[in-house]
Amino acid sequence: MTTGAVKKAIAMIEFFQALVDPDNRFLAYAMAMGGLASIAFGIIGTFVTIKRISYLAGAISHSVFGGIGLALYLQVGMGISWFDPILGAVLAAVVSALVVGLVSIHAKEREDTIIGTLWAVGMACGILFIDRTPGYFNLSSYLFGDILLISHRDLIFVICLDMLIVGVVVLFFNRFFGVCFDNEFTLLRGINTTFFYLFLLVLTALTVVLLVRIVGIVLVIALLTIPPAIAGFYARRLWEMMLYSVILCAAFTWTGLGISYSLSFSSGPTIIVLCGTVYLVLLAANKFIFHLKK
Amino acid sequence: MKTDISLNNVSFAYKKQPILENVTLTIPHREFASIVGPNGGGKTTLLKLLLGLIQPDKGDIQVLGTSPEKARERLGYMPQYAHLDMTFPATVLDVVLMGRLKKSTFWFSRKDRDQALSAIKTVDMAAFAGTGFHELSGGQKQRVLIARALCGRPDILLLDEPTANVDHETEENLFSILQDLNRDMTILVVSHDLGFVSKYVKTVICVNRQVVFHPTTLVEGTMIKDIYYGDLKMVRHDHRCSEEGHCND
Repeated sequence: MTTGAVKKAIAMIEFFQALVDPDNRFLAYAMAMGGLASIAFGIIGTFVTIKRISYLAGAISHSVFGGIGLALYLQVGMGISWFDPILGAVLAAVVSALVVGLVSIHAKEREDTIIGTLWAVGMACGILFIDRTPGYFNLSSYLFGDILLISHRDLIFVICLDMLIVGVVVLFFNRFFGVCFDNEFTLLRGINTTFFYLFLLVLTALTVVLLVRIVGIVLVIALLTIPPAIAGFYARRLWEMMLYSVILCAAFTWTGLGISYSLSFSSGPTIIVLCGTVYLVLLAANKFIFHLKK
Repeated sequence: MKTDISLNNVSFAYKKQPILENVTLTIPHREFASIVGPNGGGKTTLLKLLLGLIQPDKGDIQVLGTSPEKARERLGYMPQYAHLDMTFPATVLDVVLMGRLKKSTFWFSRKDRDQALSAIKTVDMAAFAGTGFHELSGGQKQRVLIARALCGRPDILLLDEPTANVDHETEENLFSILQDLNRDMTILVVSHDLGFVSKYVKTVICVNRQVVFHPTTLVEGTMIKDIYYGDLKMVRHDHRCSEEGHCND
């Protein structure tokens, strides 16, 4: 065995030891969070990918920063102690989901400009609120994620969100399928497509808030869309794509967390580089195979 | 004779630009009509009015004796497939089952599945029920979308350019299926191809701001000129054109 391989093996052992070490509870939390969150990411990410609304999800995630900024300002600056960042994030996400959704339905020609504006303004508001808040804040943990931030409460939040998403999707699967594949036809079958579209965006918003804890605002879109994009290579049906996405997402988050712990890298970027690389390699390989078949 | 669709003095404008003006027309039961006209002439607008997707500025529309919104569930609609996402993960059966979506139920029943499969059989796609929609050819996709429109057991079938981007043989197949279906349902086909469609349909509805309703036998050069404001070459489907040029035999 080479020294490199020995080092790797030791790093692996250390990682699994760290996982069960009570002093390193944050790591066990992060792994649990990654696995549980993958259920929400895989399902919602599939909808975001097939409905092609990753741009809307991007605007929502950046507005979340505005909410976090507002919450910090109210909590620390104004002394409203119950208004914590996660509440601000959830509020901002849901409000921006509804605004962005209505814009995408009604503002036909200017849609991308308006959504781009909301995207930037949401982010800028967050910074301005934080400027006005006394004290120092480590912004990079919100922007790029930080597994140290994950708490017991986040785990409960993920479990609730998973149950909500699985329940809603099982109940309304055919309606969501219709809205994503052919909105007009679904409307003609008597389904309230606007409601289900906005509902989907609100679920996306809640999932984005969750994702921000793991990979941060800037990298959210990648983790939401890359696993479904890979799943899309192999899935023939919508539910298959969801299932594959969930599995891939969990695999990427766990592997990424393991690597980031062993090599002392930031967790969010490690996960994103990992799944982005796998996606691009598979994409190139598929194109290559396609050419060979020709 | 029973009337399926009637428009009385209907006008519709988009951004103050009149698209349809004072359109009056009646379509009897078991009609097989083609809606033809130039691009931007109002064909799609007419279809959307019939489906209740847009409201007329003026006039009255009756579909199956009621308003278009109320008649919706008894209409079968086939959109242009070019608007659909071709990478969407769905089998032929998944797509056709959309025609069984209902406000009152969440999941598809065995009956829904049977109806969808029988609609797939009607359009000769039975062997493809489990195939991915994106793996099909253009003509096969059109047939699947017709099956989707059919499986709600509609009284009226509305098809938006079902022959766009398909070859001659596929067109023939599609129309022979439609001819069979016409035995118990009214069929309206939007087409930009006047010469071809008139060979199959009973009547032609020419749409260009105004609507002129003609039996096919009356479609002649001078009338086309009136509608299109210019000379138009009739597409002659009894002739074939090769890549080298037209062969007139």
